Amino acid sequence: MKKKTNILVVDDDKDILDQLTLVLTDAGYEVIAAEGEAQAEERLIDARPDLAIVDVMMENQDSGFMLSHKVKKLYPGTPVIILTSVSSVTGFKFPLEAGGEKPWIKADSFLNKPVRPELLRNEVKRLLEACSVRA
Amino acid sequence: MTGAEQPLRVLVVDDEEALGIGVRRVLEPFRVPTGESAAEAALEVRIAKSGEEGLDILKGFPADLVLLDYKLPGMNGIEVLRHLSRDGAKPMVIMITAYASLETAVKATKMGSYDFLAKPFTPEELRYAVRKAAEHILLRRRAERLAAERRRIRFEFLSVLAHELKAPLDAVEGYLDILVEKVPGQSAQMLGRCQERITGMKKLILDLLDLTRIESGEKNRELRRVDLAGVLRRGVETQSSRAGKRQIRIEVDAPPTLDFLADEGEMDIIVNNLLSNAVKYNSPGGRVSVALRRGPGGVELRVADTGIGIAEDDQRKLFKEFVRIRNAETAGIPGSGLGLSTVRKLTMLYGGDVAVESLVGKGSAFTVRLREAAPAPVQNAQV
Repeated sequence: MKKKTNILVVDDDKDILDQLTLVLTDAGYEVIAAEGEAQAEERLIDARPDLAIVDVMMENQDSGFMLSHKVKKLYPGTPVIILTSVSSVTGFKFPLEAGGEKPWIKADSFLNKPVRPELLRNEVKRLLEACSVRA
Repeated sequence: MTGAEQPLRVLVVDDEEALGIGVRRVLEPFRVPTGESAAEAALEVRIAKSGEEGLDILKGFPADLVLLDYKLPGMNGIEVLRHLSRDGAKPMVIMITAYASLETAVKATKMGSYDFLAKPFTPEELRYAVRKAAEHILLRRRAERLAAERRRIRFEFLSVLAHELKAPLDAVEGYLDILVEKVPGQSAQMLGRCQERITGMKKLILDLLDLTRIESGEKNRELRRVDLAGVLRRGVETQSSRAGKRQIRIEVDAPPTLDFLADEGEMDIIVNNLLSNAVKYNSPGGRVSVALRRGPGGVELRVADTGIGIAEDDQRKLFKEFVRIRNAETAGIPGSGLGLSTVRKLTMLYGGDVAVESLVGKGSAFTVRLREAAPAPVQNAQV
């Protein structure tokens, strides 16, 4: 049997983490959950995820961006979705909004929190299909 | 802290050259205590020999205080005063006159003159009059600084608060999104209501932030050529599904494009607020008529609906923060009471205004006028 597609999900809000895990497990994916930047880094050493979903603000204000950078460095083929709840609307100024920083962050997709289950499933599917075409 | 205070800019307008030079000699070494510890403000003095020259100098030298001769060649002192009171940031004026008649005094005071100096005056009299005016100016500066600081603190507090409030709401909303897919019938309907109420609460938080950001000047404005007709089309599209659900027609009368110097985000907020209200407070099967056109010196946007209307007493309160008109008609309609207050503050940034005409039971029409000229700095939007 083909190995299940595994997705690394990182969020320090336990409820959001549970929700993402639930939606993705229901959709047939294997979820590797991590409750923060440090835990995610450990998980990354253990195995290469097929896709990673990371929250921006965790231990540090830019945890998500750092993680995205690390995932891309270790596994260039793994697509990364960055989740933001602090978008321009909340008034926080983030590197995300400075256009110049985007190439450095190298995420494949940015989704605003909370993500509707359907949108999440579609986005995950789209990114996984895109990288299987490339492969 | 000496030297922290900006020097006070003084313009002397007098056709007697010797008087101007004499005033400068007295005022330049003069220091005005600022009232804050030992700080003092210095005076920077410029001289003009006619009213015309004075007004010209003011374009590049925004004076805090003008010592203005009444009798001048060409434009006289009163005419200069009239010009000054027309402009926005107007300096304080001390009239200098050899003809200290009561009539002159009344006329000048009516035009906004602060004080008088009768010619000839001693250096001591000059220093006394200038000091009195300067203390007034410094106090005003201090009040402005404190008000700006207050707005900044309010904004910072609210943006942290908004983020802290939004996070738990996101978590609750996430569970509801999952549950809605799993449960059937009436329970799903109740969950749907929960989702709507949460969306409403988040909108409230974001509206509040928008408003504070505008008044604190924290909002980064990007002024460029914006196609207002495009902004309007986008706004109509956003409202169309909600309008469609209640068979409300939206009619638009606008040119294909309308080029305007503005911040696109601010235009979005104005258009969306007015359109969303026109749909929200409309009757089922009603109509929203939108007209956008160039008006004298700017643009005019009119959004009219065939909805519940607003009583005359209520119309006066409409543009205040957190004011919602509460009656049987508005009872089931969600809203934060911030939308129109935000619209009004934004129109002020464009030297414009917003007006309402309304008849209860017939409908309301909101007209926004915005000036094309580059808007004043955000900090000047006194709210």
